[in-house]
Amino acid sequence: MQLSRDELRTAFKRMCLIRQFEDAVHDEFSAGNIPGFVHLYAGEEASAVGICSHLDDRDAIASTHRGHGHCIAKGCDPKGMMLEIFGKKDGLCGGKGGSMHIADLSKGMMGANGIVGGGPPLICGAALTAKYRDTGGVAVAFVGDGASNQGTTFESYNLAKVWDLPVVFVVEDNRYAESTASDWSVGGSQVGRANGFGMPGVEVDGHDFFAVWDAARQAVERARDGSGPSLLHVKLYRYYGHFEGDASTYKAPGEVEQVKQRLDALDMFKQRVVETSLLDSEELKSIEQEAEKFIADCVAAASTADAPARDDLMTDVYVDYKF
Amino acid sequence: MPTKSFREAINEGLRQEMERDDSVIIMGEDIAGGMGSPGEDDAWGGPMGVTKGLMPQFGRERVLDTPISESAFIGCAAGAAVTGLRPVAELMFVDFMGVCFDQIFNQAAKFRYMFGGKATTPLVIRTMYGAGFRAASQHSQCLYPLFTHIPGLKVAIPSNPYEAKGLLIQAIRDDDPVVFFEHKVMYDDEADVPDEIYTIPFGEANVSREGDDATVIAFGRMVNLANEAADRLKESGITVTVVDPRTTSPLDKETILETASETGRVVVVDEAHPRCNLATDISALICENCFDDLKAPIKQICGHHAPVPFSPALEDLYIPKVESIEAAVRELVGKGH
Ligand SMILES: Cc1ncc(C[n+]2csc(CCOP(=O)(O)OP(=O)(O)O)c2C)c(N)n1
Repeated sequence: MQLSRDELRTAFKRMCLIRQFEDAVHDEFSAGNIPGFVHLYAGEEASAVGICSHLDDRDAIASTHRGHGHCIAKGCDPKGMMLEIFGKKDGLCGGKGGSMHIADLSKGMMGANGIVGGGPPLICGAALTAKYRDTGGVAVAFVGDGASNQGTTFESYNLAKVWDLPVVFVVEDNRYAESTASDWSVGGSQVGRANGFGMPGVEVDGHDFFAVWDAARQAVERARDGSGPSLLHVKLYRYYGHFEGDASTYKAPGEVEQVKQRLDALDMFKQRVVETSLLDSEELKSIEQEAEKFIADCVAAASTADAPARDDLMTDVYVDYKF
Repeated sequence: MPTKSFREAINEGLRQEMERDDSVIIMGEDIAGGMGSPGEDDAWGGPMGVTKGLMPQFGRERVLDTPISESAFIGCAAGAAVTGLRPVAELMFVDFMGVCFDQIFNQAAKFRYMFGGKATTPLVIRTMYGAGFRAASQHSQCLYPLFTHIPGLKVAIPSNPYEAKGLLIQAIRDDDPVVFFEHKVMYDDEADVPDEIYTIPFGEANVSREGDDATVIAFGRMVNLANEAADRLKESGITVTVVDPRTTSPLDKETILETASETGRVVVVDEAHPRCNLATDISALICENCFDDLKAPIKQICGHHAPVPFSPALEDLYIPKVESIEAAVRELVGKGH
C-alpha cells in the first residue's frame, strides 16, 4: 500500500509542527515564560505521526507526560495547546491542565498523563466503547519504555487480549526513562511480553516514518477488523532532557548529536521522498517555513493571552455543583 | 551550628543512618540514576537531587534504582522490612500512591495487628507533596490525611530542615511503617542543623511561637506561613501560639488541647483539600475536648475542594496564604472578650 502525495504532505506538515512546537516550547521554557514540568517529544515525531496517520475521528489515543507530539498528530489545535502550556484561560483545558494534561476528547485525544502507566487501562475503556457501540473505532495507547514496566500496562495487555479489544499498544522506547536505560529496566523484550499475553508484536525503527507507518497500518487494520490487540515496539530517541532543566548527564558525550546527524526523523523523511520523487525539496521547504511561522504565531498569541480569573478556580469540579 | 538546606538535611540523615546500620537500604526511581546508561552514574540522586552521593558511598547494593513499578518496589520494601531490613523507599510524588496503595495500607500497615503482634515492619516511605511548583493536578496533592486515616501507619510532616533530619532518623529507627512527607517547594529552605545524629520523637509537637491571643495549629509548609503571620500580628500587639504537631500519627493531642484552651481562639491551617483533612480532624478533637474554653468558633484555612490547577494564576489562589491566616486571627481576636 502506498501513501498519496497529499497524505505525505500532511504527514510531513504534522512532523514539522511537532518539531517546531517542541523547539519553541524549549526556548520559551528557557526564557522563563513557561512554568512547571515540561517533557519534550522532539526526535520522536515519526512515531506519533506514523501511527496517527491511520486514525480518524472514530479512534482514540491515550498519551503520556511526553504528550505534545501525540496531541498534534491526532489533530489537536497547536495554538490551544500552546496557550494551555502557558497556563492561559483559552488554552485547550482552560489553563487548568498544563503540559502534562492536554486533552481534547472531541479529537479522540484522551489526555496526556502525569501518571506513568495511566493510559493503557483507559484505552481499554475507549476500545470497549468502540466495540460495544460497533463504531469500527480503534484505541491506541502510547507508553514509554519506563511505563512498559508498570502493572497497569501488563494488566491492560491481558484485559485487551481476553476481551478481544480493538487496541494497539505502542511502546515508545527512547532508550531512557528519566536517567535509567531501558536496556537495564526492561526484563525480557517488548515483543516477547506481547507474545506472552497472546498478542502479536513487532519491533519498528521509530526514526523511519515509513517503517512506523507500515507497521501501524497492519496493527490498526487488525484491530479494526476485529482481530484483537497487538503491540508495536518503536525504537527511537529523545533529543532534549527528560524534562526541561534536566542536564542529561546520563547520556554519552556526543550521543544526541550523533543521533541527530544519522537518524533524524525529518531528515530521513525528506531524503526518502525526494529520492523517490514523491515530493520535491521546494515543497518540503515551504511546508517547513509555514510550520515555523504558524508556531511563532502560537507563541505570540500564548504570550499575550489572558490568564484564568478567580472565578475559574472552582468551576468544573463536578458537572454542576457549588461547594 | 551549621546551616543546611532541607535537601542536605535529609541526605545527611540517610547517610548517617546507613553508616550506622547496614540493614538500612534505600530504593526508588532514579534514586541514584544512570542505571544501565552510558553517561554519568549517580546522574540524578532522585528528581530533586536529595539522595545524590549516597550510591558512590554505599554502592548499588544499598542504593537501589528501580524500574517504574511502584506497586512492586514499595511492596518489596514492605516485604524486606518485615523480614529484617530497614528500607527507605522513595515514592517520588505522593500522588503516585494510586498505583501502590494496597501494598502500603492493606499490607505494611496491617502486618503487626493482623499477625497478632508477631511482625515489625520498619519501613520508611519518603514522598513529595504539596502545591506551588506549577506541577498540576497529578503532582501537587497533599494526601497525608489519607495515610493518617489508616491505623498502623505513622505519618511525619517536617516543617523545616532541623525537623527533617531528626524526624527522618527517628523514622528509620522506628519499628512501624512511617510515611515521611517532604514539601517539594521546601528543598532549598535553610536552617541550623547539627552535624551530629539526633532524633525528634514522634508525637511531640513543637511550639514555635508563644502568645496569648490565639493558637494557630499548622502542618508542614503551612507552619512557616503561620510563623510569618504570627510575626506580622505581633507588630500590632496580637500574640499567637503556633503549634507544629510534626507527626499526625501519633498526634500530640495534649499540646494541641492545652494551647487551644489557653487562648480559646483557634485557627487550623492545612494545605490539603478542606473535606476530611487534618484541619477537620483537629477541629473535631478540640470541640470534643475543650469546647467550653473556646471564645469563638474554630477557623480552618485550607486548600480548595478542587484538584490543584496548573495555571499559576489559579494555583496561587488555591494555596493558603499568610494574609488569610492573619485575617482569620484578627477576626477571632475581635470576638469573645
Ligand atoms: C506512577 C508514576 N511513577 C513515576 C513517575 C515519574 N516519572 C515521570 S516520567 C518518568 C519516566 C517515564 O519514562 P518512559 O515511560 O520511558 O517515558 P519517557 O519519559 O522516556 O518518554 C517517571 C519515572 C510518574 N509520573 N508516575
